[in-house]
Amino acid sequence: MDRRKSIQTIILGAGASALAFHGCKTDNGETTVNEDIPATDDTNYFGRTPEELDRIEKLQAEQLLNEHEMETVAALSTVILPPKEPHGGPIEAEVPEFIEFMGKDIPEMQTTLLGGLMWLDHTSNTEFGKEFKSASLDQQKQICDRICYHDMDVPLDQQPLEIQFFALMRNLTVSGYYTSKVGIADLGYKGNSPNVWDGVPQEVLDQHGVAYDPEWIAKCVDQSKRNEIAEWDENKNLLT
Amino acid sequence: MQIKEVPEEYDVIIVGSGAGGGMATKQLADAGYNVAVVEAGPFFDPADPKTMTQLKWPYDSPRRGAGTDRDFGEWDMAYGGWNIEGEPYTHEPGTKFRWFRSHMLGGRTNHWGRISLRFSQKDFKHKDVDGYGENWPIDYSDVSPYYDKVDKLIGVFGSKEGREDDPDGYFLPPPKPRLHELFYIKGAKKSNIPVIPGRLSMLTKRINNDRGVCFYCGQCSRSCSVYADFSSGSCLIFPAQKSGGKVKLFVNSVVREVTTNDEGKATGVSYISKDDRKEYKLRGKVVVLAASACSTARIMLNSKSKQHPNGLGNSSDLVGKYLHDSTGASGAGFIPDLMNRDVSYNEDGVGGMHVYSPWWGDHSKLDFPRGYHIEVWGGMGQPNYGFGFNANEFNKFFGLKVGGYGDQLRDDVKKYYGSVIGFGGRGESIARKDNYCEIDPTTVDEFGIPVLKFNYTHGETELKQAKHMQDTFEELIHNMGGEPLGKKPGKDQDYGLLPGGEIIHEVGTTRMGNDPKTSVTNKFSQLHDADNVFITDAGVFTSQADKNCTWTILALAWRASDYIIEQLKQQNI
Repeated sequence: MDRRKSIQTIILGAGASALAFHGCKTDNGETTVNEDIPATDDTNYFGRTPEELDRIEKLQAEQLLNEHEMETVAALSTVILPPKEPHGGPIEAEVPEFIEFMGKDIPEMQTTLLGGLMWLDHTSNTEFGKEFKSASLDQQKQICDRICYHDMDVPLDQQPLEIQFFALMRNLTVSGYYTSKVGIADLGYKGNSPNVWDGVPQEVLDQHGVAYDPEWIAKCVDQSKRNEIAEWDENKNLLT
Repeated sequence: MQIKEVPEEYDVIIVGSGAGGGMATKQLADAGYNVAVVEAGPFFDPADPKTMTQLKWPYDSPRRGAGTDRDFGEWDMAYGGWNIEGEPYTHEPGTKFRWFRSHMLGGRTNHWGRISLRFSQKDFKHKDVDGYGENWPIDYSDVSPYYDKVDKLIGVFGSKEGREDDPDGYFLPPPKPRLHELFYIKGAKKSNIPVIPGRLSMLTKRINNDRGVCFYCGQCSRSCSVYADFSSGSCLIFPAQKSGGKVKLFVNSVVREVTTNDEGKATGVSYISKDDRKEYKLRGKVVVLAASACSTARIMLNSKSKQHPNGLGNSSDLVGKYLHDSTGASGAGFIPDLMNRDVSYNEDGVGGMHVYSPWWGDHSKLDFPRGYHIEVWGGMGQPNYGFGFNANEFNKFFGLKVGGYGDQLRDDVKKYYGSVIGFGGRGESIARKDNYCEIDPTTVDEFGIPVLKFNYTHGETELKQAKHMQDTFEELIHNMGGEPLGKKPGKDQDYGLLPGGEIIHEVGTTRMGNDPKTSVTNKFSQLHDADNVFITDAGVFTSQADKNCTWTILALAWRASDYIIEQLKQQNI
């Protein structure tokens, strides 16, 4: 059974009330996880308190960016992080929706976001006679090239609005992508799933030129005995 | 409004359900007493799928884990935080203290770092060593049998190292170091800074058939749904209920004061129910205060009567005084040799450090009296809101442009993923009488209860220690071939010393001692002024040590509970 997949399925709401992993020794003596991990089929309830959920629902009912602004955000975010097979890009990662929500969740961002979007259209209209979202990729890049670097020696909030705006959009786009399902797959992060940690793989140790000290490892957990109940002698030596 | 009396009289009323309250509940209920636990927040069970955040993904939420509602991020399992609406606290102008509160069953134990260290003999008698602060009225030998019992009841991993100032316990075996921790070990060695396996209360091995074993998701701060880490609810309160103990939980109940009779003895508590916002009275033969160091002090100062005109147990005028938090400063470095990580394996590990550095310094050669330990973090963690901000900032170390956009950003994110190591220095501050919390006569919370006003500053001893931390971090980063992130904080920034309260190890407000004039409780955590009131939170700490306080809270709470049982049997209280 692919444990990773099944836990995801459960969390995404396949409906069992709990998931049991049955401990078994595989051929190479590895021990697996055999805890019953609670799971819920209520996919809309990600551990929020009722008050927290209320606030989220209230924010979701509000609208910060209108349709045109959402399309502009979508256009700009795909310039910032072009989609790439097989893990897509900002649209597949729902980055525009994420940015819309964060603008409401952290209102301090709003002026920079809204003002920046206006600046984009104004600049694009002035130079190319069309809104940013309708400009060609080449034209969009011409605009972005001007605002995508900032002076490293000056605090960002003391730099022109359009520079602050681009830096904010880049952060939200990259963060939005890499916290999405497709982005996490692109990153390759393997965690957030039950497992039995037994150290860094040898090839990784080799790659980085480090090694385990045998004396240190001798103190560490023998994972084949993880399910044996701990007992000690009176000198604090573990017997099991 | 008439105060409603609950008719039943309890043997013991316990205020608060965190480490100290949970332990008192377990011991007193197991001994057959009829116990009422009064908790300001809601019921909470880490295994309840409705409230569970363990194994959630950032994309389960529209804010991707951002910390808008919860100070430590959306998945952190502490309801409350630095500021709670309707429950303010104030400051003496020019001073700063940040007070973290978590109102829920189990309190802050649901999200804590689980670093579980014993104090040493020196920690109990540090005044004898350097003349600072005050000695505890007890020794390591008084507490060590309780440490032993706590180890076996709750479980803590670690390794026998035979270090005098870091006493060994009944340890479960520690997990193997992660990659960045191997770099840390190597870097520390170059400076002769010791590194040993971490000591955290998570079950790397089964200790009974009621709790699960760690499955290495690295999310102890979310409170473990299989009870493989120490949270007060899952390890103390629920087991007390299961073993047939008489435990009545009063949740959403904010204690206002301890009620007393003409002889000055406690008769119970009055509390406000959050559900109907009415005041109630509970009667009990014994009252155990475990609301957290500052909350307990607040309850006592608000419990004024003819017999206790200055507040309960405050004849010494010391309730609220000697407040001290661990010192804390942080540093981080970018380590080029940790770039281009192989992501093919899961290195979440446990939710905390697999290795750490206990204090190593020789104070005869240093200009500050007390030490600190170093906590290490890093690795390829779960991305959440904020991941990928300034994605290619480290380009500057290679003379490359920072910023831009396009395909390059993807490569940059992956190139630098897992290449940062961070340090937290956590040290001992000297308890001072002029660091205190008191009642602010001008302000009440939404329940009409007068609030705390804090007066807290750092002393020279703490600042010098923080400077040493920063110098050490710089050296460690250099040893690892890394580049420090951010500018090294100097004197004008207090060397990066965080404001009091931010480490969330606040202790000392009701300190124990033999002399009723210079302390609030005796060595059994019993009030000098009222013999049927006990304190089992960190208020009783005479001094803090360079260790986290929870394991000592647990040991002292157990010790106080044994004493309560003995005194009840002898009908002394």
